[in-house]
Amino acid sequence: MNNGFESKIVAFCCHYCAFAAADLAGVLRLKYPPDLRIIRLPCTGKLDTLFLLKAFEKGADGVLVAGCLEGSCHFISGNLRAKKRVLAVKNLLERLGIEKERLEFFNLSSAQGERFAQIAREMTERIAKLGPLRSSGRCPYDRG
Amino acid sequence: MIVADQKPIEEILEILAPYKRVLFLGCQSCVAVCMAGGEKEVGLLAAAVRLARAKSGAPIEIAEGAAKRQCDDEFNEPFGPVIQQQEAVLSLACGVGVNKLAERFAIPILPALNTRFFGKVERQGIWKEVCAGCGDCILHLTGGICPIARCAKNLLNGPCGGVRADGTCEVKRDWPCAWVQIIQRLEELGQLERLLSTRMAAKDWSSDRHGGPRRRVREDMLLEA
Repeated sequence: MNNGFESKIVAFCCHYCAFAAADLAGVLRLKYPPDLRIIRLPCTGKLDTLFLLKAFEKGADGVLVAGCLEGSCHFISGNLRAKKRVLAVKNLLERLGIEKERLEFFNLSSAQGERFAQIAREMTERIAKLGPLRSSGRCPYDRG
Repeated sequence: MIVADQKPIEEILEILAPYKRVLFLGCQSCVAVCMAGGEKEVGLLAAAVRLARAKSGAPIEIAEGAAKRQCDDEFNEPFGPVIQQQEAVLSLACGVGVNKLAERFAIPILPALNTRFFGKVERQGIWKEVCAGCGDCILHLTGGICPIARCAKNLLNGPCGGVRADGTCEVKRDWPCAWVQIIQRLEELGQLERLLSTRMAAKDWSSDRHGGPRRRVREDMLLEA
């Protein structure tokens, strides 16, 4: 499954849905690959495009953003705004010569623990196929 | 404010191709407000360029900074020591900032933006041109709406015959006719009569760019005798 390397995938998760879903996946003892590093956001509306670029710059092979189902955002439209930002960065990645599939936006609810595990598997498989973003693993300017 | 667009990333990468140590210097005035060249955009562009260069196997070392106002030497001076260590500076200011840095520092100063116009914020994410900087303002006659900037034909007596029934411009379909707006505005102000009795003189375009590069001198503010 991992194509010979353990990928690093940063998952920006909304506190009200995906983060709770990840918690539920744990409570349900569901298995999913260990490649994910979860970062909790108060809402995906807090997502800044710089977070996405920095994640890749600092060594992530893939990034996923998981927000509430459309129409269910705790802050009304945060997830819709985040989706637009993710689309803009996907477009930018492509123009930078980086596969846009390394970044994805998902919608789920806090009750979908199984869906969270499935997203983790889906993303890990996808990144495994694409391989590491940089073979060196680190950038020469990446100090510290 | 001065409204600018970031150049396409492909063009920026091409401009930066010969360099390996570059300062990305933003400007925290107009271009920060129009989300093209402030501190925020410096961070985003630097991250994007680092990613692209690392991916292409030609890494680049980027220093990041943003001057309060790049069109004034005093705000650029603190970046002098950093600039001395670079091969080039990518300026995210308007063209004025690029020119200003270029006359002060003896290394290549590269533009990251296309400077567009003097504009207003329509709503977040949308800016519109409202002043053309023609050097001969007539806004007191036109209810604060500039026909030079907002009429596609720069007409002083409008609307023209091409205005659509819905009050939009024949040249730009979704653009409101400046003269329809002027007349509505003057009606609201109860000043339409004034417009009718004003004879708009033929415009002297020599105060615009048509008279060549412009310069302003205030003798009373000059420090030297």
